[in-house]
Amino acid sequence: MITYEWLYVLAGAAFALWAALSLKDGRWGNAAFWALLAVSFLAGSHLSDLANGVLVLALVAIAGMGGLKRSDPPTTSPQEREAHAVRLGNRLFLPALVVPLTAVAGTLLYNYTPLGQTGLFEARRETLILFGIGVLAALVGAMVWLRPPLLDPAQEGRRLIDSIGWAAILPQMLAALGAVFALAGVGDIIGGVARGVIPEGNVFLTVVVFAAGMAGFTMIMGNAFAAFPVMVTAIGIPLLIETYGGNPAVIGAVGMLAGFCGTLLTPMAANFNIVPAALLELKDQNAVIRQQVGTAVPLWAVNVLIIYVGAFLLWK
Amino acid sequence: MNYWPLAGIAIVVLGFALRFNPLLVVVSAALATGVLAGLDLLAVIEALGKAFNDNRYISVTWIILPVIGLLERYGLQQRARSVIEGMRGATMGKLLVAYLAFRQIASALGMKDIGGHPQAVRPLVAPMAEAAAVKTHGDLDDDARDEVKAMAAATDNIGLFFGEDIFFAIASILLIQGVFEAAGYPLTPLELSVWAIPTALFAFAIHGGRILAFDWRLGRAGK
Repeated sequence: MITYEWLYVLAGAAFALWAALSLKDGRWGNAAFWALLAVSFLAGSHLSDLANGVLVLALVAIAGMGGLKRSDPPTTSPQEREAHAVRLGNRLFLPALVVPLTAVAGTLLYNYTPLGQTGLFEARRETLILFGIGVLAALVGAMVWLRPPLLDPAQEGRRLIDSIGWAAILPQMLAALGAVFALAGVGDIIGGVARGVIPEGNVFLTVVVFAAGMAGFTMIMGNAFAAFPVMVTAIGIPLLIETYGGNPAVIGAVGMLAGFCGTLLTPMAANFNIVPAALLELKDQNAVIRQQVGTAVPLWAVNVLIIYVGAFLLWK
Repeated sequence: MNYWPLAGIAIVVLGFALRFNPLLVVVSAALATGVLAGLDLLAVIEALGKAFNDNRYISVTWIILPVIGLLERYGLQQRARSVIEGMRGATMGKLLVAYLAFRQIASALGMKDIGGHPQAVRPLVAPMAEAAAVKTHGDLDDDARDEVKAMAAATDNIGLFFGEDIFFAIASILLIQGVFEAAGYPLTPLELSVWAIPTALFAFAIHGGRILAFDWRLGRAGK
């Protein structure tokens, strides 16, 4: 059975290669950072929790001291790229499409045909594993077709990962922060505070506080998934559903979407907001968030109204 | 009640406002929160290490970078631009509105892995949007080009967020179902996912309108 461990070996190998190339390039900070991440992927399952914790602290120390820099491995010039593009034409899109198609078609096949009964993949992990298989297929296909020097994909990948830098592991780090918050009971405290500020008997204001809490806590945690259990158990279920008799399906579904509006507004949601700014080489790190504010804020207000109308006015 | 663990949230907000490195901010917040809640420092470091290790799957997706980088070396972005340049009547507004609809519908059908920033926005959508804007409005300065590219990234996010919950077998729907079930309210994924449709329609109307207004504004600024 293929499990996540296989993917971790693949990712660990990629990070190890980037560490070696950084070292050869004299970029010590980058080399150390990617090497530690390679250790995490290759050996993390066999290390103690404390060793993994120390590894996290070391990663953060390197990033915190500004040890990660952009890199500029040798590549083709814009003129050469133009010439290649003319020569190769639309076939260039094919390898890029292989990855999502493998993930999507593979997931559908695996779930809706007897293929799923083979138990080839770890349960509920098939999409990400198929994504990894798609990456390998696209890479091998492109290498055979284009015949570049062997290390070229690694060097081009290093340019991209170095441009993303520390933001590459922020989402994973935020998930770890969420676990510590849960351990410390932060959700219960926030729920208590939120219940304290809501005027009793006012359904609409309770909906507003619920949706604002979803968006606000999502902005802090960078992820609506961390905010959802907190706000639902603090306000959604005890007040909106049990006290005021609201429709649970609307409160759950649209409450989550109110949180997604918060995701559009926060640099903590690094993979959606900061990583693209780095990948697109934008001067302003928050440029993507700036373009999202005008959609996120009115859409949040719409979500408040949908909850109020759908869960209360139409429901009763 | 002990309110001190909330200091972690204050550290996150302050650390960001003061522009410290976000990784540093997040880990400081985690350590402070754990210790203020009365846990032993070593226990907090262990919890952090375990959670980081358990969530490695989140960072696995970077393995796609060598594929994208290699194709870019052979002119993927240039090819994407010339496809748009060869299209009659292509404007940045039409292109991004079409991409928004495509991304929402694909996500609603469970195909959220089509699209995304490293795979689609950097090599394809952003260069196409930029080429279309230049084609209709003439040469643009660097700030305007950055705005177009940022709008392409924003459109990818919005299309994903307000499409994916219509598909019932997605992580966020399963999370909602799980939380409500644990509280004694069994809901089916389908009951939940139909309620993602109104917001999806509003998201398309609001963001689509903003894209077209942005394209119009670019044209005015160019004259």
